[in-house]
Amino acid sequence: MNIAVASGKGGTGKTTVSVNLARMLGSKVQLLDCDVEEPNAHLFFQAEPKEKMEVTIPVPQVDEGLCDGCGECAKFCRYHAIVSFGTTPLIFPEMCHGCGGCTMVCPKKAIREMDKRIGMVETSQTGHITLIQGRLDVGVAMAPPLIRAVKGCLQEGGTAILDAPPGTSCPVIATLRNTDFVILVTEPTPFGLNDLQLAVDMVREIGIPFGVVVNRFGVGDNRVHQFCSEQQINVLLEIPDDRRIAETYSRGELIVDSLPEYRQLFKGLLDRTINR
Amino acid sequence: MRELVIISGKGGTGKTSITASFAILANRPVVADCDVDAADLHLILSPAIKSRYAFQAGYEAGIREKECIACGACMAHCRFDAVRVTITDAGKKICFIDPIACEGCGVCVRVCPEHVIDFSERLCGEWMVSDTRCGPLVHARLGVAAENSGKLVSTVRQEARRIAKDDNHPLVIVDGPPGIGCPVIASITGSSTVLVITEPTVSGEHDLERVLSLTRHFQIPATVCVNKWDINPEMTVRIEDKARQAGARIVGRIRYDRSITKAQMIKKAVVETDAPCVEDIKNVWMQLGF
Amino acid sequence: MKIAFTTSGSELTAPLDQRFGRAFKFLVYDLEKDTFEVIDNKQNLDAAQGAGIQSAGTVARSGADALVSGHCGPKAFRVLLAAGIKVFYSDVPTVSEALDAYRQGKLIESGTADVEGHWE
Repeated sequence: MNIAVASGKGGTGKTTVSVNLARMLGSKVQLLDCDVEEPNAHLFFQAEPKEKMEVTIPVPQVDEGLCDGCGECAKFCRYHAIVSFGTTPLIFPEMCHGCGGCTMVCPKKAIREMDKRIGMVETSQTGHITLIQGRLDVGVAMAPPLIRAVKGCLQEGGTAILDAPPGTSCPVIATLRNTDFVILVTEPTPFGLNDLQLAVDMVREIGIPFGVVVNRFGVGDNRVHQFCSEQQINVLLEIPDDRRIAETYSRGELIVDSLPEYRQLFKGLLDRTINR
Repeated sequence: MRELVIISGKGGTGKTSITASFAILANRPVVADCDVDAADLHLILSPAIKSRYAFQAGYEAGIREKECIACGACMAHCRFDAVRVTITDAGKKICFIDPIACEGCGVCVRVCPEHVIDFSERLCGEWMVSDTRCGPLVHARLGVAAENSGKLVSTVRQEARRIAKDDNHPLVIVDGPPGIGCPVIASITGSSTVLVITEPTVSGEHDLERVLSLTRHFQIPATVCVNKWDINPEMTVRIEDKARQAGARIVGRIRYDRSITKAQMIKKAVVETDAPCVEDIKNVWMQLGF
Repeated sequence: MKIAFTTSGSELTAPLDQRFGRAFKFLVYDLEKDTFEVIDNKQNLDAAQGAGIQSAGTVARSGADALVSGHCGPKAFRVLLAAGIKVFYSDVPTVSEALDAYRQGKLIESGTADVEGHWE
């Protein structure tokens, strides 16, 4: 069973839920950090990566001997990854989506595709948790292919928790696709509700069953709960608004380790999701 | 006319709540919400929308169902698995494009032997000009799977600047996007001052360094404020030291205060209440010197 | 020799645009003939991504040998470098002041030290 943890905006406690859930699970689990631009699940586990794998995408390379500078490739490229000013075109692999269009339209067959590194997938082990994290190389804007590579490590028939990037854009959708269940983390505030509504629209559009975790419960009002009950969405867990939780997070510690009284709470979330 | 841009790197640091407070404290500002991924400023400023504009960026392919012969050429060439096959109610086999998976590259349009694939600009959302109790607000809303972009940020910011110039507003306040990518760059270039709101956490510390390297590159005066500083005082000191070394000016600290959320509940900026952190925020505003 | 300026207007008295990729227009001044042409940058300005890259392509195709602007990102800089265009930064208010500064040799050609930024 693969469960994704997502939220409409950053800073709602997505990573907190992912790492504590993984820790509470008694059996083997894969924890996938798909927030490849700012991976931070590793900050909660001190294990060194034992495996590293490079991830590449195909990007164009121009054979200067064959190119006559016609500029067709630059004209075709919608991502502005190629620029031409009468000479051999200049290529910006970091802008390339790897669609293959330039290779296709080049009348001189002067473009070949080469593998270009976009980041790494790192695997580390802490107890029963296998942490697999994608780390996008600095200066690269293409997150989805790396997220797909991270997801390529998923073991058939195993249990996995996927920590998604914040928001509702392409990298989030790449993370959520083909998962079995989505946990949406939010706060009981007007901002939280607004961003939750966007996230709910997104998950419904992809068509995956989901439920909601309300973090910092008690800080706001019941509008998030009201919305969930109107929309027939399950509220899976309420994490109380406890200053000690914020302090624990700020030090990079797990709630279920530092504040044992919260173990039961995360156990309940397990029962309502993975152990369902 | 001067322009203050507020950014944070990481999300959830209180940036929008603090921006709303500045909007109230400032004298006749124009406010621009460029944090369109999680556009929340309108929840506090309660805008009355005056005008709306469609926002288009990138392209999307669409197959004309009636003319499609389901040859599969588009499917064979699409690298994004965006082409699907279905049977219509009339029993005809056709290909169609999944708009969420389509990245708008145009390869299918080129390979279609029947020329039945349209390629149109993608409607990503809308941007709006509104009236609020503290002045004009320019803001935007994105659809699912649409991404914030330098183009959208530039559009919102330009409109805010135009209004400020035309109606003699002395200040534009910009709620900037998260992260350090293209939208952030589009939000800070050419501004008078950038304020980075951070928090004393491991991730807050990490993101601040990246954000400050950006402001340095664009030679924009950077200021830093640690929100919820008393959650971890040692880390606050460390972050402030690092920020100073990176050439930023520290403009005060804001304490951990649940009243910020309470104010949000009643659609108020926290400075419109008598919460304890109000003096902190007023102090930061003074230090900024606008 | 031709020199390109980023601007929002169509005259020498127009403001020097501090942005490069999303500048409204380029004013290309011919130093020998003392004439200029204005190139619209609307298409690139509207690009969701890669505005700087394509704007640099536009400047290169204009035949300019130098560019004066407020700032210029790393990708655009790479294109300008490849096209043999010298880059000068200036924060004066108008194109004509930037032109004067250039003529008087007051502008310093930008180095490459900080162009490979790590944030994009």
